[in-house]
Amino acid sequence: MAALLEVENLRVDIPLGAGDLHAVRGISFQVDRGETLCIVGESGCGKSLTSLSLMDLLPPKARRSADRLAFDGIDLAKVAPSAMSDIRGNRMAMIFQEPMTSLNPAYTIGNQLEEALLRHRNVSGREARERAVHLLEKVGITGAASRLGQYPHQLSGGLRQRVMIAMALMCGPELILADEPTTALDVTIQAQILHLMIELQKEFGMGMILITHDLGIVARVADKVAVMYAGQIVESGTVNEVFENPMHPYTQGLLRCIPVPGKTRRGEPLGSIPGIVPSLIGEMKGCAFANRCPYTFEACLTTDVPLFETGSNPNAGRGYRCLLSEQQCIENAKEVA
Amino acid sequence: MLIYTLKRLVVALLVALTISLISFGLLYLSGDPATTIAGESANQAAIEAIREQYGFNRPLYEQYFAWVGRALQGDFGTSFYFKVPVTDLIFERLPVTLGLGLSAIAFAIVLSIPLGVLAARYPNSIVDRLALTISVMGQAMPSFWFALLLIMVFSFMYPLLPSSGSETWVHFIMPTVVLGYYATPAIMRLTRTGMLEVLGADYIRTARAKGLRPRVVLFKHALRNAIIPVVSLSAVQLGFMLGGSIVVETIFALHGTGYLAWESIRRYDLPTVQAILLVFSLIYIVLTFLADLLNAWLDPRIRVG
Repeated sequence: MAALLEVENLRVDIPLGAGDLHAVRGISFQVDRGETLCIVGESGCGKSLTSLSLMDLLPPKARRSADRLAFDGIDLAKVAPSAMSDIRGNRMAMIFQEPMTSLNPAYTIGNQLEEALLRHRNVSGREARERAVHLLEKVGITGAASRLGQYPHQLSGGLRQRVMIAMALMCGPELILADEPTTALDVTIQAQILHLMIELQKEFGMGMILITHDLGIVARVADKVAVMYAGQIVESGTVNEVFENPMHPYTQGLLRCIPVPGKTRRGEPLGSIPGIVPSLIGEMKGCAFANRCPYTFEACLTTDVPLFETGSNPNAGRGYRCLLSEQQCIENAKEVA
Repeated sequence: MLIYTLKRLVVALLVALTISLISFGLLYLSGDPATTIAGESANQAAIEAIREQYGFNRPLYEQYFAWVGRALQGDFGTSFYFKVPVTDLIFERLPVTLGLGLSAIAFAIVLSIPLGVLAARYPNSIVDRLALTISVMGQAMPSFWFALLLIMVFSFMYPLLPSSGSETWVHFIMPTVVLGYYATPAIMRLTRTGMLEVLGADYIRTARAKGLRPRVVLFKHALRNAIIPVVSLSAVQLGFMLGGSIVVETIFALHGTGYLAWESIRRYDLPTVQAILLVFSLIYIVLTFLADLLNAWLDPRIRVG
């Protein structure tokens, strides 16, 4: 059976005066029901645009193209805007990074929750209300019924993000896209929200794409990981494989940046990746990471690097985008550990 | 909401008090009012008699309270020029000015808000260009010139509309267009700017992510937030049009209060000027107060603490 979401060679281009900005440069992945895919990468690597492009919510100037963009067999690249809006918020829902500004200040929480269900289901106002209360309780908001009449500015950031999660769940979606849902929250709240999302995802058997730059989160919640760099997936695989045997020098660099309790000594400098992300404007030659990579050799600067598939299970999507031999990558990974 | 309303009400009353002091002061602006009333050729005895009759010889504060007391009961004294009660004079003419002002603001809103919304929804499109053209023309064209142009076309070249008078609603069409068009550019541009800003907001993306229809996103989620400054501006514009429709009233020979004010100023008819100033300031205060209430209704952040 085909996966819930199949993405092949997805590209997002933003035309600028000086030439096109290739924000997402041909990425492919799959997500199944009940599965969590984490997309990791630093700011500006195209994570957010990837999720927005799946929902067809890109800024007006950005252009999307893909060889295959299928949700439950529906070709999202060909579907009409009105049919897309029937799917959006209904079978596919999104949770955003900015809980403080993602709710409309002029309407009550209840109104904003209910309208999602009223839009997609033929239900009465009372049924929508009951569903809203049910989900607010589900996301751990006390006194749910009385909250419906409140306005966003009366709630804290953590509560607003819970409301956003409840809102995404109103129609019982099959796929949830969460774009850095905990970044704007206090650390103590982050863990709560994350737990909540994972619980709900398991309970409802939803597919989830979680976009983050926090490897700690990935380690806790992901089934599969895709590491993005400069608009490409540079490494992918199951969370265990990627964390235990990082193949790509960028993944290795990222993992080196995390302090490990008991292992990283006090006062020891944390790892960092020197250099900056290359410009994404115009065509890029060679490996995007070449200018920051400690192992760069001549071919890296001239050859476009394909995604090498590896691993015992071909369905796990294990792959990496590096010209070094598999043996060499494994050697390098040992140095990291 | 109650506390907010009360606060606004207190402010409104304070403004009204200040206005009443200024209106009262007007009487003394031109020097000795008794001399003004008596006329240049009057002798000292006549001036004294007038001073006694009008109470100008009493202390100022007494005069002020007496004047406010009468004004509150709707008695603004007698016109120096017409020798009839000022109240009758104003209320006879107020319907013309109010009718003109209200229809003009309605015209301006009906024209500028939809155009402003569409211009923001489709920036740099034909609609946007059209809106910009209308707005620039409205700002550049003096209203007396526009009025004469309309009269030329619709009263002389194609005699469809009357060029003067205020007997039927047809007489109000051209004045309404001229006065309303004057208020259009500001309202349209504020709507466009506000909508452009709001359409880029995160909650609009949320609304679209819910799969809501574009119409719902535009009018329910965006317009309500963008319209808040427009409400305040419209109230100010309406107040301005009520007081400042003199040019339009003169050209179309509408005998409204704007025209009366202008005539009264020329004739030193101070009680009439005083009363008009007071009445229009009060209307203005009421409008601002209503705009504040409307905004509080639109924006819960104002009304819910």
